[in-house]
Amino acid sequence: MRLLINKIFLGLSIGSALIGLSFLAWILITLFMKGLGSFHFSLFLNDLIDGGLRNLIIGQMILAGLASLIGIPLGMTAGIYIQEYGQGKYASLIRDLSDIMMSAPSIVIGAFVYAIVVVPMGGTSGWAGAIALAIMMIPVVINTTDSMLSLVPRELREAGIALGASKYKVIIDIVIKAAKVGIMTGILLAFARIVGETAPLLFTSETSNYFTLNLNESFPSLTVSIYDLANEPEKSSRDLAWAASFILTVMVLIINLTGRFVTRNKK
Amino acid sequence: MEKIFQKLSLASATLVFVLLVGIFLTLYSAAKPAIDEFGLGFITNPEWNKEVVVPTTPDAANKAEALNSNDDTITGEDDVMIADEDDEIADEDEMLLDDEDESVTKTIYGGLVPIVGTLLSTLIALVFALPIAMGIAVFLAEIAPKNISNIVGIAIELLAAIPSIIFGMWGLYYFAPIVADIVGGYQVSLLTAGLVLGVMILPFMAAITRDSMNTTPAVLKESAYALGATKFEVIKDIIFPYSKVGIIGSIILALGRALGETMAVAFLIGSIFELPKAINSPTISIPVAMANNFGEASGLGESALFYLALILFIISFAVISLAKFYFLKKAK
Repeated sequence: MRLLINKIFLGLSIGSALIGLSFLAWILITLFMKGLGSFHFSLFLNDLIDGGLRNLIIGQMILAGLASLIGIPLGMTAGIYIQEYGQGKYASLIRDLSDIMMSAPSIVIGAFVYAIVVVPMGGTSGWAGAIALAIMMIPVVINTTDSMLSLVPRELREAGIALGASKYKVIIDIVIKAAKVGIMTGILLAFARIVGETAPLLFTSETSNYFTLNLNESFPSLTVSIYDLANEPEKSSRDLAWAASFILTVMVLIINLTGRFVTRNKK
Repeated sequence: MEKIFQKLSLASATLVFVLLVGIFLTLYSAAKPAIDEFGLGFITNPEWNKEVVVPTTPDAANKAEALNSNDDTITGEDDVMIADEDDEIADEDEMLLDDEDESVTKTIYGGLVPIVGTLLSTLIALVFALPIAMGIAVFLAEIAPKNISNIVGIAIELLAAIPSIIFGMWGLYYFAPIVADIVGGYQVSLLTAGLVLGVMILPFMAAITRDSMNTTPAVLKESAYALGATKFEVIKDIIFPYSKVGIIGSIILALGRALGETMAVAFLIGSIFELPKAINSPTISIPVAMANNFGEASGLGESALFYLALILFIISFAVISLAKFYFLKKAK
């Protein structure tokens, strides 16, 4: 009887793993079938106004890239503060708040940026979108930096200081170098996450049918356009949305897997 | 140089604090007009964007009363009759005002429908994801050999990496029709939105639960096996009790995720401001109400959306703090 219950339980557990895997497979297969069906290389050459995706892909990468330029230095220095400089209550308060911010609803961050950037600027803009994504990214970068730096052995720091190096030299030249791979992985995963974000961009960058590099106006976004296209009645729009989703997912998964691969090799 | 670097890092750390407080204050001040207008009754009012005809504005009524009482004092106490007539005349005046100025309509916004939609879709997601996530976690932590566990683990984490908008499209065009075939009712409904939300939080929940289970000391498990316990008994009597607090924390954290999810739900919940009559009828959630209406809203409508955002922010803040500071801290 005990053995029977054991068997049933193990079967259920394996079954749930199979359910989880089959959802992944189902989504990926759908994406490949629908996405590849409407995929064409001319999508990379034309802008949305001509039925292509070029401006959207470039726009999305620029938004995520700018967000990283803002978010990575801020997140890393904040992480360094928590781990290296901060003592006691304040550092752990910041750590806790950053953890909370990591799970804050992304649409609320969009609304926040709308109120502080879009309204004063008088309209949606690339800057607003990049700032919203940067706010999403900062706590993730803080979290990785913090936990990776905590893995660096104390002796390394002591050795550096014993050689007469000042604390910031020790941090930059020794501690960061030792934790480099871990931090890079975390940053890549954070980048993969914000590349696929839609909600914070809906009313900050919006999207645009045209190619633009002007960050002061509505900025083309792949994810926001997928949302718009998928809700349109014409089949051609929806096919384009599937092709765009396929490209987006492939991009996100490649960045994500690269991040994991880098750590694995180092281990 | 040392000083500059230290100050810079302190400034970045403080930025987190400033941002969180800033988000709260900004949402509050943007929501202020709606908060003043509707108060806490907003939470229990099921009407959204409904025009209501108000007899007169309260200001005008007060003025009329003030005028009447003035008349009373002038005409003296003995002329009660006249005062009454005055009242009637004033009433007629009010009626006239209404007739002349028909724009005395107010638009009412209430948050009950999106709040209920958010909570119910999260609940459905939780009920659906919980058993499967636990099963996956047990599989990864205890059953599968190490290399299979690694591969399946990565696959499950990839599921978590897929952008939420993809879940929405897949859910709408492939998952919802099947659910609707089985259960009946609409394809866009509370049920389908909740289920897709469940698929989304599944990998997240499974991953943290696995990590909690992995903290169980091997010695404990080995002693139980040595006493002849089956795997099920070890999991039930040793691992679950040991990692219970961490598991509860991970469930609440996943709940926090589900509360704020926008895109997947936006495709599936139906987006109508109506309380769901059944589990398979359409409704709306707070993030979706914001996503769909923010663009066109202005004035009080926009303020009401910020009010909803504030409510969502407070709920998720509370839920996440509970998970992080009570359960996950205790688990460590």
